[in-house]
Order: sequence, then C-alpha cells, then structure tokens
Amino acid sequence: MNPQMTQGLAELLEQVTGFIFPNEIEIHWSMLIVVYPYVTGLVAGAFILASLVKVFNIQEIQPTYRLSLLTALAFLLVAPLPLLLHLGHPLRFYEILLTPNPTSAMAMFGFVYAWYLMAVLLLEIWFEYRRDLIAMARSASFPLNVFYRALSLFSQDVSQEALAFDRKAIHVITIVGIPSAFLLHGYVGFIFGSVKANPWWGSVLMPIVFLMSAIVSGIAIVIFLYMVLTALRGEPIEMACLDKITSYLFYAVIVDFSLEALDFIHRLYQSEESVKILGKLITHKLFMSLIVIQILLGMLIPLGILVLAKARRFNDDLRKLLYFTAVILIQLGIFATRWNVVIGGQLFSKSFRGLMSYKMEVMGIEGLLVALGVLALPFAVLAVLLRLLPTKPHEEAAPELGGALPPPARTA
Amino acid sequence: MNERRAFLKGAIVFFPAGGILSALAREAAGAESAGGPPGPAPAGQPNGKKAYNPADHLYGMGIEIDKCIGCNRCAVACKAENDVPDVPFYFRTWVERYTIARDAEVLVENISLGSRKETAQDVREVLRTFFVPKLCNHCANPPCVQVCPVKATFTTADGAVIVDDKRCIGCRYCIQACPYGARYLHPKTKTADKCTFCYHRVVKGLQPACVEVCPTQARVFGDLKSKASRLVRFTRMNKIHVLKPQLNTEPKVYYAQLDGEVR
Repeated sequence: MNPQMTQGLAELLEQVTGFIFPNEIEIHWSMLIVVYPYVTGLVAGAFILASLVKVFNIQEIQPTYRLSLLTALAFLLVAPLPLLLHLGHPLRFYEILLTPNPTSAMAMFGFVYAWYLMAVLLLEIWFEYRRDLIAMARSASFPLNVFYRALSLFSQDVSQEALAFDRKAIHVITIVGIPSAFLLHGYVGFIFGSVKANPWWGSVLMPIVFLMSAIVSGIAIVIFLYMVLTALRGEPIEMACLDKITSYLFYAVIVDFSLEALDFIHRLYQSEESVKILGKLITHKLFMSLIVIQILLGMLIPLGILVLAKARRFNDDLRKLLYFTAVILIQLGIFATRWNVVIGGQLFSKSFRGLMSYKMEVMGIEGLLVALGVLALPFAVLAVLLRLLPTKPHEEAAPELGGALPPPARTA
Repeated sequence: MNERRAFLKGAIVFFPAGGILSALAREAAGAESAGGPPGPAPAGQPNGKKAYNPADHLYGMGIEIDKCIGCNRCAVACKAENDVPDVPFYFRTWVERYTIARDAEVLVENISLGSRKETAQDVREVLRTFFVPKLCNHCANPPCVQVCPVKATFTTADGAVIVDDKRCIGCRYCIQACPYGARYLHPKTKTADKCTFCYHRVVKGLQPACVEVCPTQARVFGDLKSKASRLVRFTRMNKIHVLKPQLNTEPKVYYAQLDGEVR
C-alpha cells in the first residue's frame, strides 16, 4: 500500500468530527468528478443558447450561434476525459459501453453521450458548415482542401434546394437537440439525485437544478468567449447581441436561484432525519464554497450587477465591463455549485453523526494540476476548431484570397 | 433426462456408502441442511456429498446485540481471512460502541479503529451502552448492484452480494450508493471491495470467519431456506430489526435488541 496515501488518510482521520463509518474516511469522488458535471453543463448550456437562434428565431444573438456550437463540441469532446482518468481501471472503460448494466444510471453514459455527439451536435454542425466546407475546399490549398472535402463528406451540391434542405435539417436537429441537451445534463444530475443513501444528493430536483445551472454556465461561457474573441480580433462587439444574451443569462440565474432556494427551504421545512448533519455540513464545511462563493459571489452579486447594467443607461464600455465581471463571477459560482454537490455530499457520514474532511492533492491523477489541465483542454480544442471552422459565413472570406484559410481576424 | 440417468447411475453405485456417509455428516453438522430432500442425497460427487447448488440456499446473518462484548475478534479475523489492508481505513466488518447519557446525548465510537486516543471519562451518568457489529447487509434489494455500470457487483443465487474484481472498473458508484458504508476501494486492486459472507468458506460448508471466532455467539450465520438452520431459529426466537429499513434495501443481516439510535 502506498505509504503516502496511508499518511494522508491518517491525517484525515484526525480531522473527523463526531462519528463516521470507517470506510467513509476516503473521499472517493474528488476533483475530477467536480470537473465532469461542470464541463457537461457548459456543453448543454452552450447548445441551448445556440438553439434559441434556430428554434425561437432570436436574430440578435446570431453572432454567437456558431461560436456556441463549437464551444459545445469542444467541451463535449473533453467531457469523458475526467471520468476516464478517475477510474480505478481506465483500461476497462469499454465494459461500460459493451456490456452495460441496464439498471445503472451511470451505464447510460455511453448512450447519452453518443446520441448527443453523433445525432445532435456533429450533425447540426455539419449541416451548418456544409456549404462553407464546400466553398473552403474549393479555395484552400493542398492539404487543407482535401481535409475540408473529407469534412464535407464529399458533398458538392450548393444549389438553393440543397441549402434549403440544410436549413430545414438544422431546424429539425435543433428541435431534437433541446430535449437531448436537457437529457445530457439532466442525466448527470440524475446520477447524483437518484442516490437514496445520500440525503445531500437524493432529491428529485437535482436533475432540474443541474440543468438550470448548466444553462447559466453555458450562456456565461459563450458571452465570455465572445467578448474575449472579439477583443483578440480587434472587432467591435455587437452590443444588441450582448444585451440580449445577458438578459437571458439574467433570467436563467433567477430560475436557477429560485430552484436552489426551493430545494433549501424544502429540506429545512421538511426537517427530516438528516437535517441536523446537513446544517452542520453547511456551517462547518461548506460555508466558504456554498454561502460565500456559490450564493453571494456566484449569484447575488452578478444578479445585482446585471440589474444595474440593465436599469441604468450606462455607456457601452461600462456595460461591457459589468457584463464581463458578471460572467466571470457566475462561472466561479457554478464551479462552486459542482464542488458543493460532489465534494459536499461526501463530507458527512451516512450515520448522520459526523463530518469528514477533504484535502485536495496538487500532484497526482486526482490532483489540482490534472484538473486544471482538463479544464484548459477544451479551450485548446476550441482554438483549433475556430481556426478550421470560421464563425462567419464564408462569403465574407473573399475567394480571391487565393486558397488561403480565412485568417482568424476575419471571423467573429 | 440426462440428469435422471446420472442420478440413477450415481444412486446404484454409491447408494449404500454415500447414503450412510451423508447421513452421518449431516448429523455431525447439526442438521444444518435438513431442508434438503429426505432420504439419501443424490450422489453428485464421488464421496457421496451432494454437489453444492447455490439455488438451494439463501444466506443471512443474525446479530444479537446483547451478546456482543466488544472484543473486536470478528473485525481482526475478517482482515486476516480476507486480505483487508491492516490500516484503519478499510473494513469489511467493524464494531461500534454506543454510550447514551442521561441527557440523551449519544456518543458513538468505532472500537475497531485500533490505537485511537481513549475518550476522557465522562462525568455524566450513562443511561445505557452497547456494542453493534456492522458488516455488509447483503440486501435483497441492493442499491450497489443496481448502480454498478458493468454488473461487476451482483447477488449470487444463494444471496451474497459480491464483487468480481476482474470486471470492476473502479468507478466507485457502488460505494456512494451503499447506505451502510460497507464498501471501500481496495488500495491494491483498485476495485470495490466488501464483505462476501466469506463466500469461499461458506460454499465449503464452513462459517464466515467473524462468526467462527465470535466467543459469545453474538453472530449467527445460516441458511434462510433451511428450516433447521440456526438463523431461522434466531429469527423465530427474537424480535428482529434491520438497519435503515426506510430505504427499502431489505437487508439480510438481522439484529436482535437493536437500539433506535443505531443507523
């Protein structure tokens, strides 16, 4: 047995307050499992934002449509990584795909993930980019033109009927995609919400709370990326777009906050067997991450900032600054939400008589560095995607560029 | 058809010797499996013993709280028998000590943790105190089996909930789903591990290690399908309670004289 691990657990044993079952000393789902729902939440949220353009025909936020899709794809591609790294036997992961246990919520991961990636996201992106891919295949030079041709699956038809079909397909996929995005993240919430052994997790509201917080974080990350990308490219931000998305963000935060408040009040009022230990959990272990970061910094202050930015007729620059501050605080808050669910649910004993401690590793597979790497990876993937798939329709990239890839400065 | 032929053949060859031997063996074992077919058993094995058929059994355990003296022999024997790491973080079974003071405050300690600092002598008057041995409840409706994504943990036909460590991927969902804290991740195999009722012993007709060493017979192991088993007698003679019945896990570890403070 690893002596370092023994020492670490012995230290944790000293920090136990009250009584815990002996096997509970080890925190089994740690940093990587905090990252996982955070990342899938961003996927679902970004996709739902993209859907607003196509299904509800909200034209103001069109500038972020492609960015939302690519953001969703970048994060979705990375989403299984934290799960895989966390397994005791990562090389056996395929068992979950080949011989899943039909009664296990977790075994559905492969199906939900594959459905969402293959039947929704890749398909919608393909239809959205098909015309551009054909155009870019024509204008790009050697290795890239073959690549684009392959990406377009060798389709050539850019007739009006074909393009009309693309638009219709996108519409249908988006309509299927919204419930699928709900499924993707609602399902992650169900993994926790269905654990009856754990009163901090076991709640029918859990999938819905997960979903709303996913929408909040997804919208916030797209706003963040949109503001950063336009700044990097030296382009003006379309304030109509920004104002509109931040209104959606505002409503989403309100709904998310109300749901979490409902969950809290419901627990307090029902006052079940677990209420005392959960109270202690909040005051002794989660005060900083729940009350200060999640609720105050991550919800109430950004709500105040958004109200301020909407109510007062500030100039564009000040509004941008306020929006930018709000979305960063909201990201922090949603990450804290994931932390409080995943780690918080493992800091009290199922005997309801004691509290455990969690000490984050820095090195090691479950450590901070790996988690930061996993969190940074989607941004690298997104950078590559943005290089290959410009977010502005292709006609603006002049064909006389002589086959060069449209430079990123030309895209929005 | 084949079975009948094998039965007849076996009976003709081994009837005299096998019948007598198995009858004697059963006598010696305290008629533990008297639920079986009357008369001579079909000779499935050359020694006349019936081949072990899991479907004929359903195992459970009874624990008589008032008999437990807190000697911790069960927890020690379990670690030795089952290669449980000898550190105070992993247990297949352990013993809790409850001390309930007159002001109704409850103090619970795990006496299996070993060299932990003794709690200071409490000046309050003790109302009642008792020990509670804990282990996997081998639930008939086990949440751990439900959530395992790859069916690595499963219920055997004879009612034991066990883990296939060749199949377990180490996701630890079962550990989260167990309301009793009975599971841990084995630090060597990186797979989920737990009490098996000493399945390797039980199928040979032996008792689980913890039951074997208990000096006061506070633990009773037996076959719920056998009317003559000690466990069935135990459940007939005592008022029985299980842990966390509200969770509908249907435990097969039955406690007699269980206090309401125990979760």
